[in-house]
Amino acid sequence: MQTNGSLKKGRGVRVPSRSESQLAPGFVDELGAIPNADRLVGCLQCGTCSSACPMIEYMDYTPRRVMAMTRAGYRDEVLGSVSIWACTSCYACTISCPKEIPVTDIMHGLRRIAFREKKYPKHFSTPIQAREMVAMTRKFGRSTESWLAVRLYMRTNPMELLKHTSLGMKLMWRGRMGVKHESVRQREQLAKMLQAAATDARGESS
Amino acid sequence: MRYPYYPGCAMNGTGKAYEESLVAVLEKLGSGLDEIDDWNCCGATAWSSIDKTQATTLAARNLAIAQAKANGSAVDLVAPCSGCYRALVKTHEAHEGQKTLAKAVDRALDAVGLSYDGRVNVRHPLDVLVNDIGIDAIAAAVKKPLSGIKVACYYGCLLVRPHSTFDDQYNPTSMDRLMEAIGAEPIEWPLKTRCCGGACYGADPFSGTMPEATLSLGHAILREARRRGADVVATPCALCLFNLEGFQDQIGREFREPVDLTVGFFTQLLGLAMGLDERKLGIQRMLHWRLPEPQPVAAKGGIHARA
Repeated sequence: MQTNGSLKKGRGVRVPSRSESQLAPGFVDELGAIPNADRLVGCLQCGTCSSACPMIEYMDYTPRRVMAMTRAGYRDEVLGSVSIWACTSCYACTISCPKEIPVTDIMHGLRRIAFREKKYPKHFSTPIQAREMVAMTRKFGRSTESWLAVRLYMRTNPMELLKHTSLGMKLMWRGRMGVKHESVRQREQLAKMLQAAATDARGESS
Repeated sequence: MRYPYYPGCAMNGTGKAYEESLVAVLEKLGSGLDEIDDWNCCGATAWSSIDKTQATTLAARNLAIAQAKANGSAVDLVAPCSGCYRALVKTHEAHEGQKTLAKAVDRALDAVGLSYDGRVNVRHPLDVLVNDIGIDAIAAAVKKPLSGIKVACYYGCLLVRPHSTFDDQYNPTSMDRLMEAIGAEPIEWPLKTRCCGGACYGADPFSGTMPEATLSLGHAILREARRRGADVVATPCALCLFNLEGFQDQIGREFREPVDLTVGFFTQLLGLAMGLDERKLGIQRMLHWRLPEPQPVAAKGGIHARA
């Protein structure tokens, strides 16, 4: 499936048929320590998560399908899906689920695996934004909206940046956007702390 | 009572008017905010999409700083942006309930001489205003009631989800009660907690992660508020505000329907009703501010009086 950085409606695709030998049955366990993620086993496939989701029109697999596919072990399809990155983390699914499955947290867990294995859809901007935002806050400790926008557009669609120039000027004029990099004072402390929390420092996968 | 304060990145940028109006309103009510020293980004949803332990550690540094300042007593930390609020609440919950994660976070904090032992209570300004200061005190401070002004109270997603700490998850009412206290008319509408699409923009309202999707989510909310006769949409979140305010021109073009509607922080409306100077409330910073003049109160009867 082609993704070009902007979401379009009606991307839904059918779940490919797979024999059991082609599935990864232990996939759920890879999610790591997400509280109550084991409840996924009891998913009723009622579709309440899908009906609550404001982004469903823009997903390739509906949230209900993502849950079923994760449970069944459709590893490649789930990790390469647009759905996990289209999620806005609004938690509408999570509070509606009759089996109290932490759907949003599972989406985030899937994102972490997809990111680690670089399986996310290329040129799709959510993972790129996450990466840029993390890079910026890792360095400065705070995010500066103007620079984050510039960095993201340069890596996805530079022409889009021009479209937003007038809005940017209006905000600067009103004192709502600056070009100075916001930063914490103790940048070395922050770097040391994040290093100590890094996966390799823990000697485990998360 | 003064509160330790975690601004978050948006308060220095697009959400500046939120900070200004919140400070002005709290001061008027005899309270105030003290910014915690050298705070850092809450991590938002970007960090938790990449590394859970680092995300939690990053947010926990802020809790550790707030706790250190309180010298061992429990402390209420005010976080006005819903994204920051939720990230900090989740971090506190992880400390209480997720042993492995909490241990890794403790170790990382310890490496730089910080520690967090669970004594920070993360609070949202809406919670503080309604439950600490109280509706009665706010009503008593009103000088120019916003009579006749119809307000669509828009709470957004993360204030009440995934856990509710001070209001109903499906039909929150705390902001509606505040609006009634200042003489305005909160409208009945079903989109109080629907996603604004702000997360598509993450911490950066500009980057346009998913332009089409974001515009359609904003459009649904603005259209419904207009259809129900709202004069203003009031929000308690910097990301929601930007999404609903900053892209109105684009939404109008995309859906061939003007959605020109005043969007403001609920604290700005409180401040106006208290007779505070508009500049102190950051009104001049807003992009679409066309709030009608309050009407003199003609007859009592609430929202049905006009029917």
